[in-house]
Amino acid sequence: MITLKQVQKSYFNTATPLQVLKGIDMHVAEGEFVSIMGSSGSGKSTLLNILGILDDYDSGSYELAGTLVKNLSQTTAARYRNRFLGFVFQSFNLLPFKTAQENVALPLYYQKVSRSKRNQIALEYLDKVGIRDWAHHLPAELSGGQKQRVAIARALISKPRVVLADEPTGALDSVTSQEVINLFRQINRDEKLTMLVVTHENEVAAQTDRIIRLKDGQILLNE
Amino acid sequence: MIDLLQEIGYGIRKNKLRTFLTAFSVGWGIFILIILLGAGSGLLNGIIYQFRDGAINSIWIRPQRTSLAYGGMQPGRQLRFTNEDYDYVKNNVKGVEHVTARFYLWGEFTIRYKQNYSAFDVRSCHPDHRYLEKTLITKGRFLNDKDQLEKRKVAVIGTKVEEILFKGVEPLDKYITINNIQYKVVGVFDDEGGEQEVRQLYIPISTAQMAYNGGNRIHHLMYTVGDASPKENDAILNEVKKNIAERHRFDPNDPRALSIWNNIEDFKRITGVFDAIGIFLWVVGLGTIVAGIVGVSNIMLISVKERTREIGIRKALGATPSSIVSLILLESIIITAGAGYLGLLSGIGLVELIQWGLAQAGEQPEFFRNPQVNISTALYALLILVFSGTLAGFFPARRAAQIVPIEALKEE
Ligand SMILES: Nc1ncnc2c1ncn2[C@@H]1O[C@H](COP(=O)(O)OP(=O)(O)O)[C@@H](O)[C@H]1O
Ligand SMILES: [Mg+2]
Repeated sequence: MITLKQVQKSYFNTATPLQVLKGIDMHVAEGEFVSIMGSSGSGKSTLLNILGILDDYDSGSYELAGTLVKNLSQTTAARYRNRFLGFVFQSFNLLPFKTAQENVALPLYYQKVSRSKRNQIALEYLDKVGIRDWAHHLPAELSGGQKQRVAIARALISKPRVVLADEPTGALDSVTSQEVINLFRQINRDEKLTMLVVTHENEVAAQTDRIIRLKDGQILLNE
Repeated sequence: MIDLLQEIGYGIRKNKLRTFLTAFSVGWGIFILIILLGAGSGLLNGIIYQFRDGAINSIWIRPQRTSLAYGGMQPGRQLRFTNEDYDYVKNNVKGVEHVTARFYLWGEFTIRYKQNYSAFDVRSCHPDHRYLEKTLITKGRFLNDKDQLEKRKVAVIGTKVEEILFKGVEPLDKYITINNIQYKVVGVFDDEGGEQEVRQLYIPISTAQMAYNGGNRIHHLMYTVGDASPKENDAILNEVKKNIAERHRFDPNDPRALSIWNNIEDFKRITGVFDAIGIFLWVVGLGTIVAGIVGVSNIMLISVKERTREIGIRKALGATPSSIVSLILLESIIITAGAGYLGLLSGIGLVELIQWGLAQAGEQPEFFRNPQVNISTALYALLILVFSGTLAGFFPARRAAQIVPIEALKEE
């Protein structure tokens, strides 16, 4: 599903150019549930942003579901993100002025699905992540775990091929974290979804199929 | 579309006060523009009112002395118009609406009705003359073709003449004497041109030529050209000049041979000044609007900056740059057009109110009449609004489209 070959990435907006990824080779099969670990600053988020077509890379190649992702226009990148990818962030990134249901429905708005249809689908997904009753609440009225469930429902609603999560449990307590991981597992199993989760928590990583360890912009271990 | 409007609604609601203040500045700009244009039209109508006495589209031609040698003749020859000149313009020149000549009866005439008498001016002319002077018949009729053809001794008298000679007696069909010749009164006229105009009498030109030894001579030739454009008017005048020059054998390019008073030129000159004033008013009004646009643009820029994270999230979820641009642009257009529309309505409302007030007061001031905003002005204003909304939203929208999702999502 995902194949990276010698992907390199540097930031040039710093005083001296900073090479963050120094030639990444990796492969993730369809339906795999993979975690990416590494110390802070090792380039995990950078890697995930490239996988999520939120950022460009300098050299090498990235194939997503058999399509080469390189030098895409903004519009094409937006379409690929919308169709192929779902995102879950550490800080949830819900729109504060929209209800849980409207937040979940947003990706379908950009697929030009009619309002009533997408609200109905959003409700189904909220049900799937177990917070249907909170559909009409604003994010501010929800707990951290509930917010992350809304975010997960939003990541799933467009039926993506890959879900990318950057420290999804970073802002949650251990009990809630476990619930979120269970949810991921269940989705991975039920929907055969490919999932990549960045984490620095060993308990989280241990529950995935495979751990990719990053150090100084290189893959240290591929277990 | 409804979806997009709803998305915009969030943006506007989030910053109610600020949105209101900027919207107000745009509305105010349009309001001022409309008021200025209304005032301009009031002044212009005042000027048009000053011209009410004579037809706006009239040309008056008098023969003078030639100033160029032509066909073996020396310059300095006095020209004389005859009935032929009138007939030619009347029958052969296309585009001419009304034609009349005048045969001048020099000096004041003593006009008598029974024991009442006074001195008045007498004008002799053709029936069409009343269109050129905008003569208003209040009793009876004006001179007609039959009077002219049969050289009847009939007269149409001004209201002042009626007042002085008849002192309340019905004047129609009574006989007055003009220097001892009897004329029958067939009508009474009024004229908005002032007191002097109604201290006159009109008699048929054919009668005057006969009674006062005029032969077929005429002193003044006048015609109107209907609603001809200035260009058509020039063409007609050239044709008339050429024909007269041919008949009287003088150089058609002689600048002195004819004295031409062109009412259109005067009118054009004055309305030209008003066009300039109009442009000035537009510039001032537009300046006010531009200030409003800059305000909206700034607000939108701040709003985009504040919404960086939101826009980043939208992009991560699949919003294309163009969908972000339309979001911001439409928000800008809605704010400016909505506010401007209110400004437009209240501006028109105020102008209408002033007009109504003037009408109620009865006597309107001569220099300021019927202020109004016409439909095309309002449409232009609306067009400007949409355009300015687009302009105001352009830079903020571009800024929004350039937002990089990862940067936006990093900002805490
Ligand atoms: N937009 C950026 N511009 C410059 N440097 C960056 C940028 N994003 C990340 N970095 C730097 O790149 C390195 C890797 O960052 P990141 O991928 O976020 O690491 P991790 O997620 O593993 O903590 C860090 O040293 C960070 O400071
Ligand atoms: Mg990180």
